[in-house]
Amino acid sequence: MCGIVGLFLKDKSLEPELGKMLTSMLITMTDRGPDSAGIAIYGAETEGRSKMTIQSDQPDLDFAGLDSALGETLGGSVSMKVLSTHAVLSIPAGSFERARALLGDLRPNVRIMSRGDTLEIYKEVGLPKDVAARFNVSEMSGTHGIGHTRMATESAVTTMGAHPFNTGDDQCLVHNGSLSNHNSLRRKLRREGIHIETENDTEVGAAYLTWKMREGASLGEALESALDDLDGFFTFLVGTKDGFGVVRDPIACKPAVMAETDQYVAFGSEYRALVDLPGIESARVWEPEPATVYFWSHNASPTHKEKAA
Amino acid sequence: MQTVDLQELGLRGVNAALHAQAADTNQTVWTIENAKGSHAIACGLDAPIEVTVKGSTGYYCGGMNQQATINIHGSAGPGTGENMMSGKIIIEGDASQYLGATAHGGMIVVKGNASSRCGISMKGVNIVVQGNIGHMSAFMGQSGNLVVCGDAGDALGDSCYEARFFVRGEVKSLGADCEKKEMREEHLTLLQGLLDEAGFDFKAEEFTRYGSARNLYNFDVDNAGAY
Repeated sequence: MCGIVGLFLKDKSLEPELGKMLTSMLITMTDRGPDSAGIAIYGAETEGRSKMTIQSDQPDLDFAGLDSALGETLGGSVSMKVLSTHAVLSIPAGSFERARALLGDLRPNVRIMSRGDTLEIYKEVGLPKDVAARFNVSEMSGTHGIGHTRMATESAVTTMGAHPFNTGDDQCLVHNGSLSNHNSLRRKLRREGIHIETENDTEVGAAYLTWKMREGASLGEALESALDDLDGFFTFLVGTKDGFGVVRDPIACKPAVMAETDQYVAFGSEYRALVDLPGIESARVWEPEPATVYFWSHNASPTHKEKAA
Repeated sequence: MQTVDLQELGLRGVNAALHAQAADTNQTVWTIENAKGSHAIACGLDAPIEVTVKGSTGYYCGGMNQQATINIHGSAGPGTGENMMSGKIIIEGDASQYLGATAHGGMIVVKGNASSRCGISMKGVNIVVQGNIGHMSAFMGQSGNLVVCGDAGDALGDSCYEARFFVRGEVKSLGADCEKKEMREEHLTLLQGLLDEAGFDFKAEEFTRYGSARNLYNFDVDNAGAY
């Protein structure tokens, strides 16, 4: 099953409330996915810096002194904010690849959840309310965010099997559904040199998008070709630095409801997830069409239904 | 009139109150407030009562309904009116996927649009939609009438049996073994009756009828590719 929520704010005055609104939406979707939960939040950007969200099962051990150790070898200042099993590292822009390599040497058990200028991803096993409380998501502010509650069908209930999946700088993916050709696709993508960590089907979906974009496709083009190359059921919500996109498979069994007002665009697997949003009674509420890529962006002149380019 | 608050009484409390109504109840008019997209509202009713739900509903509202009239003042979630036997459901907004799936009788009226798989495996229900319907609607429809005042999506009536489909606008594509049919006098009379009952001001003459070509009823190896 799984539940998806997403919120894209048009009204800047709501930005301090983003975490709170997303948490409430996420908890409502507990019935759809009680085994793990995760959230991708697009927060503040600092000129000349990038973010790396990392995770460890032994945070006390792994995170101790990590910022200074990384800073020394990386040759620039690194700061770290620890939140439970996760930590957000602020590193000099453009040093991600080196930081990743160093991290592998310094702390081999640490896993990278996300990378980008504004994106932070937090995900763990457990009830959505517990996961949200563990990371204090309700206190987070940002321009847009995506959440997921997981009911595992294709692979084990683990932190790395939880959503969202990071697909590239400031990009992430959450999925409701199941992919049936993920084994053959995983083999193909690994041959192409794409790093895939788990036996999870959605990770393959995320890796597929990463691969397509590495080959030169835009996110929109990658999503369009996913409609041809991914076999199975999916409603995808993809986050980017500027906004989020939605695509459903042509059969569109997996539910999706959107709501739009002057203040926000919201996504929910069910209308239930949206009922506490301000002005929902007068919002335009609709279901996204099958096999159609939708995109909302903070860029220049966003339209409410724009083919991702 | 009885007014109940779903958030206060809880889903089981509300449905139990409705289930407790006998055929000769004096409490014939009910309003459910604060629906908030909850699942299974007013499921399994079996009394001639009228229930109005304020707000949008989640999965399976009015499922298995017998006799009752259910008004949804909002949009309806997936599987609304699933396996309805009789009575009426009137949806002021849009309806999500598989509206009236396997329903045996009664009428479902949608004032907005209905999504994919509307009337899938319908077994006698009448569904009247003022707007459009999505893909794979009336898949394996066996009996009853699906009336669409707007357009129909891909694969209308795929593998249908004796259900009838009346579409006023465009049909994006017909499903396997579904074909356009002649509109005879008896169909015009039937359709006008359904439109009048639903309260939609359209003329039966504006519609086209579709139904089963009856080629796939019995397996014939020559048709294997069509299944």
